[in-house]
Amino acid sequence: MGRIVLDKVEKSFGDVKVIPPLDLEIEDGEFVVFVGPSGCGKSTLLRLIAGLEDVTGGTIRIDGEDATSVPPARRGLAMVFQSYALYPHMTVRKNISFPLRMAKLDKAEQDRRVEQAAAVLNLTDYLDRRPGQLSGGQRQRVAIGRAIVREPAAFLFDEPLSNLDAALRVGMRLEISELHKRLETTMIYVTHDQVEAMTMADKIVVLQAGRIEQVGSPLELYRSPRNRFVAGFIGSPKMNFLEGPEAEKLDAQTIGIRPEHIAPSPDKGAWKGRVGVSEHLGSDTFFHVHMEGYADPITVRSGGEVDMHHGDTIYLTPDAGHIYRFDSQGLRIA
Amino acid sequence: MARAVTNQRKTVNTAVAWAIGLLIFFPVLWTILTSFKTEAEAIADPPVFLFFNWTLENYSVVQERSDYMRFLWNSVIIAGVSTLVGIVVAVPAAWSMAFVPSRRTKDVLLWMLSTKMLPAVGALYPIYLIFIELGLLDTRAGLVLVMMLINLPIIVWMLYTYFREIPGEILEAARMDGASLRNEILYVLTPMAVPGIASTLLLNFILAWNEAFWTLNLTAAKAGPLTAFIASYSSPEGLFYAKLSAASTMAIAPILILGWFSQKQLVRGLTFGAVK
Repeated sequence: MGRIVLDKVEKSFGDVKVIPPLDLEIEDGEFVVFVGPSGCGKSTLLRLIAGLEDVTGGTIRIDGEDATSVPPARRGLAMVFQSYALYPHMTVRKNISFPLRMAKLDKAEQDRRVEQAAAVLNLTDYLDRRPGQLSGGQRQRVAIGRAIVREPAAFLFDEPLSNLDAALRVGMRLEISELHKRLETTMIYVTHDQVEAMTMADKIVVLQAGRIEQVGSPLELYRSPRNRFVAGFIGSPKMNFLEGPEAEKLDAQTIGIRPEHIAPSPDKGAWKGRVGVSEHLGSDTFFHVHMEGYADPITVRSGGEVDMHHGDTIYLTPDAGHIYRFDSQGLRIA
Repeated sequence: MARAVTNQRKTVNTAVAWAIGLLIFFPVLWTILTSFKTEAEAIADPPVFLFFNWTLENYSVVQERSDYMRFLWNSVIIAGVSTLVGIVVAVPAAWSMAFVPSRRTKDVLLWMLSTKMLPAVGALYPIYLIFIELGLLDTRAGLVLVMMLINLPIIVWMLYTYFREIPGEILEAARMDGASLRNEILYVLTPMAVPGIASTLLLNFILAWNEAFWTLNLTAAKAGPLTAFIASYSSPEGLFYAKLSAASTMAIAPILILGWFSQKQLVRGLTFGAVK
């Protein structure tokens, strides 16, 4: 079980309000991702749930019980840190069994659980090594192993993949998703990488300056962002925003259109521009198009092998059904 | 920027380093040499360096006149116990300063260090009176207490610097894993800090061993350590250089040997955790 409810939780460091009062409900078994730019308070929020920081106000309930002032050791949550935070003086086996030893489980049960976790995480051959002798990916798996043996109410992940190289990151992302499917335990995952958020989450919580901007499933956020910030943050490459005449035509301060909802053409279209940098990814090509009267280039997605070059004239046609309109406050006009 | 060092330069550097090293070591060497001379040779002018009548006579006289082993044992007890007790007291203190600092932590650390800047003699009178009152004068327990207290700021500072090198996330991980504060310090922090704790132990053992002011002023016959043993040979009846040297050599030998075998730890200790 792992239902976590935050009720008017707030946090200040001295005079600085990091998190203004916020409410959030996390259902049992959900994979929730906190995402936002660095400094948005997502890690602080996670640490509040973990109990590593004290709340300034509000209550945290875990499975219906008030856990606000329960020390981290007794909240029944397990955490995987960005730096892995393994115990360097202990073998992998000792690292994984540490929480079990602290809980004074009998030796046989400890061994059983460690063996089981090691099998799941492909660590069986490494049980007698020390963390210093492992690769980054293996260390990360040990950290996860240490978390799963406890059979916690929920897992907390604090940017666990940011120290891994790109290839390994994709692999570990899948492994963690796989693990969630198998364990069906609540997971709260903090990242600044919206791709991780989109690919892993059941529910994404977008944070900015300690405030929750929007909560929803990945596709909900993609399809109907509540405001300009969410619209720009979710989706890769990010949404194009235009102000001025094009926006005024649609009665908006700003309009937004995603690169994948603009059709490029060499000879005809609604907007005319000039090709700047083009990024060829093989399957896709992204053109950065400069339009007269607009400071920022517009990003356009095109098929993989399009023959257009720097300086060429290009015509763009936005898909009218996918234009988002925002008012002067940045809120979306439905 | 890395600079290529020519062989010639290397030779010169090495020679200079040896010269400085020998210069610093010379008084110790001279003491050791003198301890093997007769009293007449010891004060000979010009002094003799190596070509004298080597004799062990001073050592046997010193051993006859005073019980070296008793002083040695006192030194071991006073330096050893005060260092151990100091560590036990300092680990939790350094833990709290390194991992849950408050706004005043830096001030507390500086204040602790500032007590070392006060001339010891300034505190002698009150401490002497307290010792009389508590019956601690000329007892090993009393000296253990004083040594522990005067070295505590250094022990806390050293441990603090070592602890600061340990990532706080690891301790947080222990907390998340269900470790109580006691278990966190015992099973995670302390084992990780073993090299730091070892050099702290060593350096403080040496400091306590060599300390002369308090040991001379607060002891008489019973609890005197090796410093008192040396001092007893600079008597008012006249200077017996050779015997004084023999006593000194006997007093410094154990710590010299200890230091020799733990050079690596010591260097780390003396650089206060600056070298990784």
